Amino acid sequence: MAVKDAVDEAFRTEWGRVVATLIRVTGDWDLAEECASEAFASALATWPRDGVPRRPGAWLTTVARNRALDRVRSAAAESNRLRGLAPIVSEEQECAQPDDAVPDDAVPDDRLRLMFTCCHPALPLEAQVALTLRTLAGLTTPEIARAFLVPEATMAQRLVRAKRKIRNAGIPYRVPPAELLPERVAGVLGVLYLLFNKGYSRGELSTEAVRLARVLVALMPEEPEAGGLLALMLFHESRRATRVDAAGDLVTLADQDRTRWDRAMIDEAVAVLDTAFDHARPGPYQLQAAIAGCHATAVDAKSTDWQRIADLYALVARVSPSPVVELNRAVAVAEVDGPAAGLELVEALRDSLAGYHLLHATRADLLRRLNRLPEANAAYEEALALAPTEAERRFLTRRVDGLWD
Amino acid sequence: MRFLMFVVDDPDLAGTADASAVPWVEDATVKRVRLEGDRLRPVSDATTLWPKDGGGTFVSDGPFAETKEQICGYDLLECADLDEAVEVAAKHPMAKLGAIELRPVWQ
Repeated sequence: MAVKDAVDEAFRTEWGRVVATLIRVTGDWDLAEECASEAFASALATWPRDGVPRRPGAWLTTVARNRALDRVRSAAAESNRLRGLAPIVSEEQECAQPDDAVPDDAVPDDRLRLMFTCCHPALPLEAQVALTLRTLAGLTTPEIARAFLVPEATMAQRLVRAKRKIRNAGIPYRVPPAELLPERVAGVLGVLYLLFNKGYSRGELSTEAVRLARVLVALMPEEPEAGGLLALMLFHESRRATRVDAAGDLVTLADQDRTRWDRAMIDEAVAVLDTAFDHARPGPYQLQAAIAGCHATAVDAKSTDWQRIADLYALVARVSPSPVVELNRAVAVAEVDGPAAGLELVEALRDSLAGYHLLHATRADLLRRLNRLPEANAAYEEALALAPTEAERRFLTRRVDGLWD
Repeated sequence: MRFLMFVVDDPDLAGTADASAVPWVEDATVKRVRLEGDRLRPVSDATTLWPKDGGGTFVSDGPFAETKEQICGYDLLECADLDEAVEVAAKHPMAKLGAIELRPVWQ
């Protein structure tokens, strides 16, 4: 059983690395995935007998690489046979033994190339996401299909098309040069954040997103927004256990049991964010993380530093302006300067966010606090009509019911 | 690898900035990234052939797709990969005044 655990652990930590290296060596994405799968199957078969190797990642990469070489060689031999040529296998092409594997730190980590290629802007966003989950996180096609609520055949087709486009459109397998880097890093971060949010209500995808963000931070220590994103994810993740109650109902931040927040995760997030801010290049993810951090580190709801949160939202609005950011700023301003000040900001957003349930829910809440109950009631009804989940509708219904108490 | 670059113009943006492609053409040609290319006559001069029910073809005036944006030129690029093609294409004035489509040549 311990060996099975070791293989599982190696799968989680090493799959992406093995696939990334194999793609670099063979240039063939399907072959890379197949040979990586075979290497893990081989680990399951031999580790119980021979023991877990000292460097599982190097062992797996070597086995997978040998499989790939075997296949490439037999394909070459076959075509030579057809053309009547002698086999051409040179000495240095001979398979290395897994135990000869060079130390892990001497092997270049190809996962960064793989991330940038999976998240290339010439691929449709949904393909970027699927490819990242398949090649870097090692989720199977049926697992990815389930996560995105599409039929398995649709997801399989999406992956096939994406790999074909990489090959045919000339998408390079490399970390982009400096002049392209800022834009391309933003693309990778966007995909990881999308994955995280997709898993927000269920969890598995969030765990994968956090794992990949950790890898990105380790591989790009000079990119503070990667740290910002990881910190943001960790702050949100630390509250997972308290966001809904036993009945499946939403619990607001103010009502969550703070003793059940994951302290270790919050501490890690604070440390990661401090390191990111040391670069003095704040961006939207670092600022959002700082805001999440204000909530995560407040002893109780009352001691939340709303002034700082309002200031941080104003900074976010400057680097990436959006009506949703402005709505969040309005909530913070309402805490600092009172509901009337918040409402004034919210009213200005009524056109641009007319179809967004949280605009109406926020407006309703502020009207309630101003004791303008009939208007609050109408706004809650609008929010109810637009709320996307059952849990949110139940939450809003409770608010409406409590309005006249 | 080779890319055929379609230069697309957007009448709404035309004339909003200097659209002369001459410096781009000279630069890309000197660097041997651009193999050839030219402007195209307007879509009013276009002719399209369509399949005819029961076999054969018929000829109609105009372009095959009635869109506001029209292909107004083409360039054939020789680049290492898509990123290089994007970098070259991004410097063409029409990248900001219309659109540019990059299509890998089937090789």
